Amino acid sequence: MEKLIPVEMTINNQHYSLQVPPSMRLLDLLREKLDFTGTKECCGIGECGVCTVLVDGKAVDSCLMLAVEADGATILTAEGLARDGHLSDLQKTFLEKGAVQCGFCTPGQLMSASYLLSQNPHPTREEVEEGMAGNLCRCGCYERIVDAVLTVSGKDGGEK
Amino acid sequence: MNLKTVGAPLVRNGGHERVTGEEKYVADIKLPGMLESKLVTIDSAHAKILSIDTSQARKVPGVRLVMTAADLPQPVPRFGPQIEDRPVLADGEVKYHGEPVALVVADTLEAAKKAARLVHVEYEELPAAFTIEKALDPSTPLVMDPSLRPNDPLAHTNIFNEHRYSWGQFDESKAELVVENTYSFPMMTQFCIEPPAFIAAPDKDGIAIWSTIQHLYWLQKIIAKLLKLPLSKVHVYAPDPGGGFGGKQHAKYEPAVAFAALKVGQPVRLVLTLEESFQAMRRTSCETHIRTGFRKDGTLVFQDIVANYLLGAYVDIGDRVVGKGSYAGAGPYRTQAVRILAKSILSNTPPATAMRGFGNPEVNWAVESNMDEAARLLGIDRLEIRLRNLAKKGDKFIPYDKPADGDWPQTVLKAADLIGWNKPLVAGHHRGIAVGLKLGPTTGLSYSLVRLLADGSAVVASGTSDMGQGARSILAQIVSEELGIPYESIEVVMGDTSSVFYDQQTSASRSTVLMGNSVLKACHSIQAQLKTRLAKSYRLEESQISVEHGVVKFPDHEEPIPKTIKTALGSLGGEIIGVGEERKEGEKEHPLGGSASFYEFNCTAVEREVNKATGDVTILRYVTVSDVGKAINPMQVHMQDEGAAVQGLGHTLMEHYIFDEKGRIRNLGAADYRILTSMDLPKEFVSETVENADGPGPYGSKGMSEGAILCVSPAVGSSVNEAIGTPIRDLPLTPERIWQALQEH
Repeated sequence: MEKLIPVEMTINNQHYSLQVPPSMRLLDLLREKLDFTGTKECCGIGECGVCTVLVDGKAVDSCLMLAVEADGATILTAEGLARDGHLSDLQKTFLEKGAVQCGFCTPGQLMSASYLLSQNPHPTREEVEEGMAGNLCRCGCYERIVDAVLTVSGKDGGEK
Repeated sequence: MNLKTVGAPLVRNGGHERVTGEEKYVADIKLPGMLESKLVTIDSAHAKILSIDTSQARKVPGVRLVMTAADLPQPVPRFGPQIEDRPVLADGEVKYHGEPVALVVADTLEAAKKAARLVHVEYEELPAAFTIEKALDPSTPLVMDPSLRPNDPLAHTNIFNEHRYSWGQFDESKAELVVENTYSFPMMTQFCIEPPAFIAAPDKDGIAIWSTIQHLYWLQKIIAKLLKLPLSKVHVYAPDPGGGFGGKQHAKYEPAVAFAALKVGQPVRLVLTLEESFQAMRRTSCETHIRTGFRKDGTLVFQDIVANYLLGAYVDIGDRVVGKGSYAGAGPYRTQAVRILAKSILSNTPPATAMRGFGNPEVNWAVESNMDEAARLLGIDRLEIRLRNLAKKGDKFIPYDKPADGDWPQTVLKAADLIGWNKPLVAGHHRGIAVGLKLGPTTGLSYSLVRLLADGSAVVASGTSDMGQGARSILAQIVSEELGIPYESIEVVMGDTSSVFYDQQTSASRSTVLMGNSVLKACHSIQAQLKTRLAKSYRLEESQISVEHGVVKFPDHEEPIPKTIKTALGSLGGEIIGVGEERKEGEKEHPLGGSASFYEFNCTAVEREVNKATGDVTILRYVTVSDVGKAINPMQVHMQDEGAAVQGLGHTLMEHYIFDEKGRIRNLGAADYRILTSMDLPKEFVSETVENADGPGPYGSKGMSEGAILCVSPAVGSSVNEAIGTPIRDLPLTPERIWQALQEH
């Protein structure tokens, strides 16, 4: 049995004190231990982006980060984007622009888009295409995802 | 017709759950007492299993079961939608790289993984047939045990089936030009972002299965037969799949997980890795040898097509893909004489199954590229040669099938116009254009249930699978239109065999037409019942009331349906229930078992530049136009066609399995197998439709979403040929291939 390590973190504005095995990925902590299943798994090697979450404001592939590395961090997942039942601008715009098909990659896309706009509130189309290139979408919604991000950036200068 | 919600670009039904992370896919489901499992595989494409030692694996703390074929009923049960050839676990022989030899069940995934590594399999490697040439070599061992097809004259070959179609009188002397070439289409995978996942749980005296499956009722049938249970005791839950594209149509490892769950008496979950999903499903690869005969004016005289499709080690639905995909292989053209021979060839590769386009993009790559070459040789414009041969509406272009059901030249001319076909090109830019045709469903049966509730909301239950195509929205729009109910207050229930009526399957772009008509009929039933009840309440003759499109018309006024429900239901309240049934009957004499319900027709045109120093290509403008009859949700229609284009650009430009000399796949997973990203998009992307309301579905709709993938490769290939002055006949058109062609030219 692996020795458990105590960690503390804030996830979607909730504080958690946890005991985690040293080999546990942040993705497994979120999905399996805490039931934040909005964060998905596909490739498991940091290539597809579906497990993207924000760790202290930075977009991270949670399949590549150990849970213990997130000790003390503030984490945001797709479940934390809506406030008081109201969808964020990005969530709304993704729906309105048709940037969601099967939806499996959507949480990761939204987290990457949030990060992109936090770093670059008024990106060019090329910057969005580059910024979102780490998130695969097999339904092929890229054009609409890029449109959605650009629309939000034009609206209020980025996700607040 | 004055339509309200039909034809509106409404936001996806089920969208809210998808942007908030609330949507529960199979891998997100946790059951009390659920155990985890891991497949045990060997690193070989073909091997005789000498022994399996599970003793070390069973010692790992937390391991509950290490199940091999020996632990299953004997002979090992086999299953499959076309032939029952696939054993639940490898039976004495591994026939493809990744075929599971055992399933380890443990308290945790970590324990299951650890134990899986400790299962010791002794095996003797056998030569693997992983190319068409090798599979057809008489000295190659048989992939399928001949005893599985006792009366089949092909049983002692690696050919599973041969499909032959022909019409017209072959007179080659009439042809003034014969273009003869061989084209190849790569082995590639569906790459659903959601890898397949399965849960099985003992359920009283039956079993419950959760699966990422598209065809839940097929799965129910297969599990019931394997476990010798009545259908009523097999409860299949199929949450909306995270992408299917055909790959998730049929059962894969659900049977193994079901046997394991019954053995341990607890729920067992198996979530495949992306690497495992590459080994569980792929598209049929294909080599097409084609001879096309033309008159000098470009008129098609004959098409003689031999298509060798490579199936995997088990048939799955692959042979149907070959039969149906090649059947429309001669394209949407009036060809005087056609001869098609398509072979389903077994090999030691992962089972090939359905994928968007269902065998058609494979052959269309050859047919359309040959049209292009003929145009060049005859000095005819590439658009013009297509228009000269294109079937007109009503033409019996396949003599024994449905006549052309759309104004296809209109679609082609629209695409040509949007790409600016006749406008001068900027230096270094080149254009390509191609058409594609695919048959809709040949048989089908879709039941549906619509419940108009007392408060004017409604529930629709439909066995269709919404894997991203947006069936939930379409069905809700139909109900909203017919019952006058706000789109937002309609609940769509899917994916549950015990509470949703039978639906044959979700494939062949059928759901808008077949399930759509079924739901429409259920709504009509509700309208009729409403009329009867209102007539009674108001002491009117039924003939004095009409109910349609959400409105009740009384002799002196009209009211929206929701306002009349209270009166109609009376003092007991309750609800009005409508059941719909839509059948597409088969035809015994038809080579496919039934004629097409409709055709999907698309024209794709591109303008691009090729970097001659590197072979890199940039698509400057991409145009896709589909004849959809009527777009019930135009936004979703465009999403589907854009998505098909993006997927098609994948097999056109970059996607293919790479094998080593032993037939093992060397590029499993997202790092080594590239698909398009947001950085690989065309600079301009135009998706348009032709809507003449001439389809068999609700409001004149036709099925769509596959049409736009049919002709991506030949359209792009045509423009590459223009740019480099020589054709490349093997996909994908990688920079390396283009660069090499440039050096050799």
